[in-house]
Amino acid sequence: MNWVALRMLTGDKTKYFGIIFGVAFAALLMGQQSAIFCGLMRNTTSQIRDIEGGDIWVMDRNVQFVDDTKPMSENKLLRVRGVEGIQWAVRLYKSIARAKLSDGNFQQVILIGLDDATLVGAPRPDRILHGELGDLRQPNAVFLDEFGWRYLYGEEPYAPGKTLEMNDKRAVIVGLCKCSPTFQTFPILYCTYSQAIQFVPQERKTLSFILAKVNDDVTPETVCERITAQTALKAETNDQFFWSTIKYYMERTGIPINFGITVALGFFVGCAIAGQTFYLFTLENLKQWGCLKAMGVSNFRLIRMILLQALVVGVIGYGIGIGGAALFGYVFERFVKSTPPAFYFGWQIMAISGGAVFAIILVSALISMRRVLFLEAGVVFR
Amino acid sequence: MIAQQRAESQSQISTVADDRSAVRLIGVTKEFGVGDTKVAALAGIDLDLPYGEMVLLVGPSGCGKTTLISIVAGLLDPTVGDVEVLGQPLSKMGGNRKVRFRGDNIGFVFQQYNLLPSLNAVENACVPLLISGWSRTAALKKAAEMLDAVGLGSRLKSYPNQLSGGQQQRVAIARSLVHEPRLLVCDEPTAALDGTSGRTVMTLIKQVAVQSDRAVIVVTHDNRVYDFGDRIVSMADGRIESVDANKH
Repeated sequence: MNWVALRMLTGDKTKYFGIIFGVAFAALLMGQQSAIFCGLMRNTTSQIRDIEGGDIWVMDRNVQFVDDTKPMSENKLLRVRGVEGIQWAVRLYKSIARAKLSDGNFQQVILIGLDDATLVGAPRPDRILHGELGDLRQPNAVFLDEFGWRYLYGEEPYAPGKTLEMNDKRAVIVGLCKCSPTFQTFPILYCTYSQAIQFVPQERKTLSFILAKVNDDVTPETVCERITAQTALKAETNDQFFWSTIKYYMERTGIPINFGITVALGFFVGCAIAGQTFYLFTLENLKQWGCLKAMGVSNFRLIRMILLQALVVGVIGYGIGIGGAALFGYVFERFVKSTPPAFYFGWQIMAISGGAVFAIILVSALISMRRVLFLEAGVVFR
Repeated sequence: MIAQQRAESQSQISTVADDRSAVRLIGVTKEFGVGDTKVAALAGIDLDLPYGEMVLLVGPSGCGKTTLISIVAGLLDPTVGDVEVLGQPLSKMGGNRKVRFRGDNIGFVFQQYNLLPSLNAVENACVPLLISGWSRTAALKKAAEMLDAVGLGSRLKSYPNQLSGGQQQRVAIARSLVHEPRLLVCDEPTAALDGTSGRTVMTLIKQVAVQSDRAVIVVTHDNRVYDFGDRIVSMADGRIESVDANKH
């Protein structure tokens, strides 16, 4: 009888494709908007993910997220190094600087100053596209990220030696690196800590973060607690800082609400189109269902037939919709070179979209099923 | 295979079989509505229908014919009274057993054919076999033979919208008989057909369905086909007015 159910479903091509379109549209909208939302949220944490090497980020106690820098005095580094369980701790400078381009224009950039001696937090070797990291120790040297290069110089091929001016100091681009897309989309400049503080107006306190590594015999969480207790600074593991930053953007910006509305819209539109079409489809076939019922098809079997129909349109619609969302992401990442992509298409999004699609078809099937189950088989004689 | 399935089904329904009557109704009353809106569609019907005959159920619209065959077919429960079909006490059967009994033993021919529009003729005709658990291949083979028997061997792959009313009704007859039911219930099988097609359909039912171990009930108010009935049961106002053996 499954075969009969499928033939009933696909018999009217218009309605069949209508239901699939509804489900696909819902899956596409939910998947694509969720992926953009997650991509944006993920971009807010790009520097936490990119600056590797340490286990712990130490910062002023009032810092709420990675871009919220509140400079500390240099002696905090020594206090952190004195906490039990710390293997090493280094300085990290991070701020938004204003760069003057060779054509006279100004451009805000994300300036990251790395510990002069160790260069902890620098891009991994596999992310260096041009130049040597050690070149950063040259006077006025900076590394620029590849999106930053396109942002500043368009399609011009990379050539070392390009200069910028920051705080009346000359900065020479000596290398190009790959960085995760940022939320602000500003170019990212890496340089040494001592160089970075030359590129910004002088301040009494300059230390943005302290990156620390813990000993193998102690957990980062434990050391974080010790740092907070002993230095009154805020200390978070990479993971904790990642989620603190996400939490800030979730709570303090309208991004989740706006995207949430779109995703919810996708769900409700999907429910409306797919649900209504499926319901009407069942309703129009009510006499056929009644006929099957009269001929001896049990309610249990009718439920299985309707669920099978719902499952088929759900799986096909979901496949088309989520495939469309993935294609959108692929095209976006591959062909849109001017802006860093904000598109994270993780398995979680597919699972949640799948769950939502499942809910849509289940609700549609249940509503339809109700009519069929309570259908009096004698309707076939009327 | 069908006989074996039916035997299994019958053995699960433990009753005393009565070979004399295919259908026996004792004091059957059916009321619809409640309170002041209560209407008695059937009022104390007593009826015995034998095997091997085509019984025509006739009467004006609203006299209770459809309600009566719905009760006989197990699609409706009587408010009061006992219903025995093919020796089984239908009014005492539970829901699932009744559905199975219906699937195994009763064939239906409807006024509007009620063919599934997305299935072709042979696929439509094989549905009762699929309900009984036959494999699709075997069911299609058997259905093709049945369609051949009703003269539609050349239209196996035609869809309902490609067939005339008479041809659709023949497909419906093939579908109703493919699983060899012992009771065939036909509701106005000629109402949507012209005179010639109507007679063709009735001839077919008479030839194919009426056998010594089967009973056929035909609800009709088409007096052009009265001569096909072996017995004519006339109804009026929910009661049986007369039961006449047809002398043709």
